[in-house]
Amino acid sequence: MCLAIPGQIKSIESPIGDVSRMAKVSFDGILKEASLELVPEAKEGDFVLVHVGIAISVVDKDEAQKTFDYLKQIGELDDLQH
Amino acid sequence: MKYLSEYRDPHMVKEYIEELNQIVTRQWKIMEVCGGQTHSLVRNGLLEMMPSQIEMIHGPGCPVCVTPLGLIDKAIYLAEQDNVILCSFGDMLRVPGSEKSLLQAKAEGAEVRILYSPLEAVKLAKETPEKEIVFFAVGFETTAPANALSVIHADRLGLKNYSILTAHVLVPPAIEAVMQDEESHIQGFLAAGHVCTIMGMQEYYPLVDKYKIPIVVTGFEPVDLLQGILMLVRQLETGRTELENQYSRVVRENGNPKAIETILQAFEITDREWRGIGTIPESGYQLRENYASYDANRKFDIQQGEVSESEICIAGEILKGIKKPKACSAFGKECTPEHPLGAPMVSSEGACAAYYHFSAITSSESIASK
Ligand code: SF4
Repeated sequence: MCLAIPGQIKSIESPIGDVSRMAKVSFDGILKEASLELVPEAKEGDFVLVHVGIAISVVDKDEAQKTFDYLKQIGELDDLQH
Repeated sequence: MKYLSEYRDPHMVKEYIEELNQIVTRQWKIMEVCGGQTHSLVRNGLLEMMPSQIEMIHGPGCPVCVTPLGLIDKAIYLAEQDNVILCSFGDMLRVPGSEKSLLQAKAEGAEVRILYSPLEAVKLAKETPEKEIVFFAVGFETTAPANALSVIHADRLGLKNYSILTAHVLVPPAIEAVMQDEESHIQGFLAAGHVCTIMGMQEYYPLVDKYKIPIVVTGFEPVDLLQGILMLVRQLETGRTELENQYSRVVRENGNPKAIETILQAFEITDREWRGIGTIPESGYQLRENYASYDANRKFDIQQGEVSESEICIAGEILKGIKKPKACSAFGKECTPEHPLGAPMVSSEGACAAYYHFSAITSSESIASK
């Protein structure tokens, strides 16, 4: 549960009653919602490190790709599928 | 394996191992605090590849494992109330309480939902006004902003049917507790990269000064871990005691100030009981007074029976790094991930589960030989 996974911001919106800046984030193809409240500087196309539905930092694109490759190998991305 | 990323590069792994072999002159005990790092060290066979002088001690860094039994019992009690939906991260479900786990309670009809994020629980509260939604808010500093945000969101939405059962623990006080324990002789720490992504480095300078120990903030991929260990051993061998940052591609000196601000908006520091270890002063978060109505502990009158731990389980010694999982007489026999006696066998980040799942990995299968 402590893992934070990088994903790419596809679109930004505010669905829960306008209380939060939310985004659709792609984790190597798997789309999930994440809050961008803690990364006000993040914009569409950026890669963010996401932990339990909250983006906690903006990361470099190449770094993100390397982490995907690693997570895929160890099967951790499967955890997102449910 | 089609493609090996840089962090798993066998060539780099070999180079780090070679350098470790060259510089190490004596026995060192190093603790990795984070359970995610334990998992990665064991599953990638790194423990067997390292020079025998370097002993990795697995720390208390799995929030699932250190959540007190009494709180698990409370979560089960709440789940069994007719008007409550108890929501939790998946890892908590199989953790044994005094009589049963949340999973058993669910099988008996209690409403328990596994969620990926506490924000989903807020959404559920909005959509299900006739039910009380309780989120089991477990975690280290990494997870605290998410749990804090859930309460802040619920408050902004004016929801009256959302609350959290808080079981938050903090890393620096745990390092202090390990240093103050006479039985554990740790000489250096790998600090948890994702915790420091939130909190930054500030809290670790005083620990380096007070205990004269080197600390290296480290990521969780194999090459990260070996590089962190190498940085630590270089310090140990040259008698330096400094705070260094191996994970600088993610961790900034001041962490994420917005996240820290969010945590402090909702939470204040409190003493906290750690399962298997006992109470550590100022080692957890509880909701502030102005959010008291979102605190499940204060909102519900929770009836609790006798709290009783398994007599065989030595989780306390495992969590403090005094014993290794294989030293437990129940390991792999009475205690397995299917029938866990203690929390370190439940969570994938628990030391016992890591050893159980990957004990078949030998050095011949490890990544350096691929
Ligand atoms: S193997 Fe099982 S019983 Fe033994 S310490 Fe680990 S969790 Fe407890």
